[in-house]
Amino acid sequence: MEALLALAIGVLVAAAVYLMLARNLLRFIFGLVLISNAANLTIFTAGRLVEGAPPLVPVGLDAPAGTVANALPQALVLTAIVIGFGLFAFALTLMFRAYTTLGTLNGDEMRVAEPREPGEGSAMR
Amino acid sequence: MGAAASTGGKASAGWIGLAPAALSAALFVWFASLAPSIADGETLRVAWSWAPSLGVSLSFLVDGLSLTFALLISGIGALVFLYSNTYLAGHPQFGRFALFLTAFMLAMLGLVLADNLIALFVFWELTTVTSYLLIGFGHETAKGRRSALQALFVTGAGALALLAGFILLGFTAGSFELSEILAQGDALKDHALYLPILILILAGAFTKSAQFPFHFWLPNAMAAPTPVSAFLHSATMVKAGVYLMARLHPGFSGTDAWLWTLTVAGAFTAVFASLMALRQTDLKQALAYTTLMALGTLTLLLGQDSGYAMTAFATFLIVHSLYKASLFLMVGCIDHATGTREAGLLGGLARAMPVTCFAAALAALSMAGFPPFLGFIGKELKYAGALAVGSEPILVAGAMLAANALMFAVAGVVAFKPFWRPAGGPLPHAPHEAPWPMLAGPVLLAVLGAVFGLYPDLLQRTLVDPTVASLLGTTEDAKTLQLWAGVNLPLILSVATVALGLALYLAHGPIRAALARAVEAAPGFDAGWDRFLDGLKAFAAWQTRLIQTGVLRTYIFATFATVLVGLAGTMAAKGVWPAAPDLSLANWRTVALVALIVAGALLTAVTTSRIAAMASLGVVGIGVAMIFITFGAPDVAITQLLVETLVVVLAAVALLRLPVLDKPGERDRRPRDAVLALGVGAVVTAILLLVLETPLDRRLTDFFETASWPEAYGRNIVNVILVDFRALDTFGEVAVVMIAGLAAYALLRTTAERRETTAEKGEGK
Repeated sequence: MEALLALAIGVLVAAAVYLMLARNLLRFIFGLVLISNAANLTIFTAGRLVEGAPPLVPVGLDAPAGTVANALPQALVLTAIVIGFGLFAFALTLMFRAYTTLGTLNGDEMRVAEPREPGEGSAMR
Repeated sequence: MGAAASTGGKASAGWIGLAPAALSAALFVWFASLAPSIADGETLRVAWSWAPSLGVSLSFLVDGLSLTFALLISGIGALVFLYSNTYLAGHPQFGRFALFLTAFMLAMLGLVLADNLIALFVFWELTTVTSYLLIGFGHETAKGRRSALQALFVTGAGALALLAGFILLGFTAGSFELSEILAQGDALKDHALYLPILILILAGAFTKSAQFPFHFWLPNAMAAPTPVSAFLHSATMVKAGVYLMARLHPGFSGTDAWLWTLTVAGAFTAVFASLMALRQTDLKQALAYTTLMALGTLTLLLGQDSGYAMTAFATFLIVHSLYKASLFLMVGCIDHATGTREAGLLGGLARAMPVTCFAAALAALSMAGFPPFLGFIGKELKYAGALAVGSEPILVAGAMLAANALMFAVAGVVAFKPFWRPAGGPLPHAPHEAPWPMLAGPVLLAVLGAVFGLYPDLLQRTLVDPTVASLLGTTEDAKTLQLWAGVNLPLILSVATVALGLALYLAHGPIRAALARAVEAAPGFDAGWDRFLDGLKAFAAWQTRLIQTGVLRTYIFATFATVLVGLAGTMAAKGVWPAAPDLSLANWRTVALVALIVAGALLTAVTTSRIAAMASLGVVGIGVAMIFITFGAPDVAITQLLVETLVVVLAAVALLRLPVLDKPGERDRRPRDAVLALGVGAVVTAILLLVLETPLDRRLTDFFETASWPEAYGRNIVNVILVDFRALDTFGEVAVVMIAGLAAYALLRTTAERRETTAEKGEGK
């Protein structure tokens, strides 16, 4: 079961990297969302999968009865999801702002901080 | 410099100029007081511990060689300080000058007295830095700055090689103390590392002493004020390299590598520099090249190990310092008095400047090698030393004859023509005699050249014999300094020198023109230096453009490529590969969810439609939430669903104002990126599979499971972790989201303001 998810994570990462290398910054942000999902799934899977048994302590007992899902990665992933969302929201706003200021979504054309040198062609065409 | 000097109304710069002169004089007296005991074969050694764990101590050794150098440095230093006190009087930055020159003199003294390799290197670098400041004293001119930087680069680069050589030497010999290293005798010459050490150390010595092909910085360094040139380029800085070679002579000489490197470099530099000297029309430049000639000769002599060569080295070292410092200072007097140093203009100064003329005549006669001056004795010994060379004495003596004859001619150009021949044109100022503080130095030094020539015994026992003893370990081989040694081969060579030199002087006009033409035609080292620097800058710019393209995608590509190479490379290097994944346990529900996620991810990657991309992102998010819910993580799943909804809403709002993904007619097809992306994906899967092969460490999980209820009174373990055990993490998480929200708000608000202002401007137009 974990191996299947490992393969799915590989596909997610590949798609995310491909999108993050795009010229259009909107695609970069799509890649960001995908790679966040891939990271969360990685943490979750690395803690091993247990089907249908949430980490709860039944009433009357001091500890869960029998094997339950690993609680630790769940706590980590919960935090990661929220922080990933914060990152997404900020990146989206930043890109939006860049677009309204520079009039383009093409990362190659955003050369305010590192202007083109004289005689430099546009690289990586 | 002449302008700066002649504008000064004051005759002297006061105590700030006299204090260093007094200091130098006191040091000179102290060193002189050591001379008798050193002459008796004693050495004086003092040491302080500096960094004992590294074998570095601040140790000083006074023996014949270092005492000779120390006397030259402090003695000429005192006269130069006295001279510059008048020469630069009224200069607004005289205080700075005095400080630099004093610092330089002390560093130079440290260099020649240091007995520890590392201490010697530190003083070596101190002379580099202080001479940089002195050469660049006229920093308001581009030429001054360039010359200073060139000297710094060339000697600094050599010094790095020197440091490497010293460290190798220290570890090879097992000690950083020079006296201990040199006491080991021939062991060093047989060591496997002898040649690398020799090459590194000679790189430092040759750059410092401006041996060919590192000679080009020295004539440029004449941009410094004349007293600096007199001090640095007669007695001190450029002789540091010569000093080092002499210091290491006992441990390093005698091998073919030592003999041939020093002989060839020295002989070539001597002849080449003498020719160049004759070519110059600026008196100071001419002297600069004769200094190169002297350094070449000293290097050549150090290549040998006969008693004649060593005696010649010790004698010529002193001779040259005396006449060269005198001549440099004399040129300063002429410059000061007439406002020019052009050989073509100057003439007829003997009447106006009789004392300067007297000093110049004495110094030049010593330089030309006339009896009864010390220069004559030095020349005789040089010829004797050259003829004593084991192999190729004809070649060495021939090179020396050519260099000496050229010296003779240059001496005529520098010290005879300006005084006795008619002037070549109107002088900027009417010449007048220099004031006495400026005359004291040249006259005293020139007179010393004559006195030592007449009474060579004065020098023989006090300085020459002890120096030879430092080089050869004994004074037995030291040859006698005498004016008349009978009619022998050196004397015949001397006569030939005078005849040839006279002919060269008489014909120096045409020769100079011919040399100028030849130099114009040949590639110049100085221009080569500029090309080298330009090339270096161009290379830096090229590699900066290559690495820092300013294109975000390049940086991201490099980052992911590094991740791929680092991870895959490590796995390949360790030979660790995951076993084939076992998919037999997968049930249909999970397979369906995974298929959904994979399909969503692939569609996002390839679609050109923004709506399709948003929808497929949503599919991935919901698929991941379903995975969470299937495998016992309902809290995570709920959060994921909430966040996924927010992501879609936010993105949709933004998309309303953003352009489409691809311009019409453009397709987003990037095969190279796809290869990298697949590689990174594969490596992540492989590593996750490897992680899954290892046993799970459940210690933390077990703790949370057993402690959740008894300690925190919570039955939902995940919630307890978040709000109790790791509450501070959750607090940090809330802070991150808040900051992201605030930053986003700030960005959006300024966007709105900006739009309003641009709208107003638009209306205004």
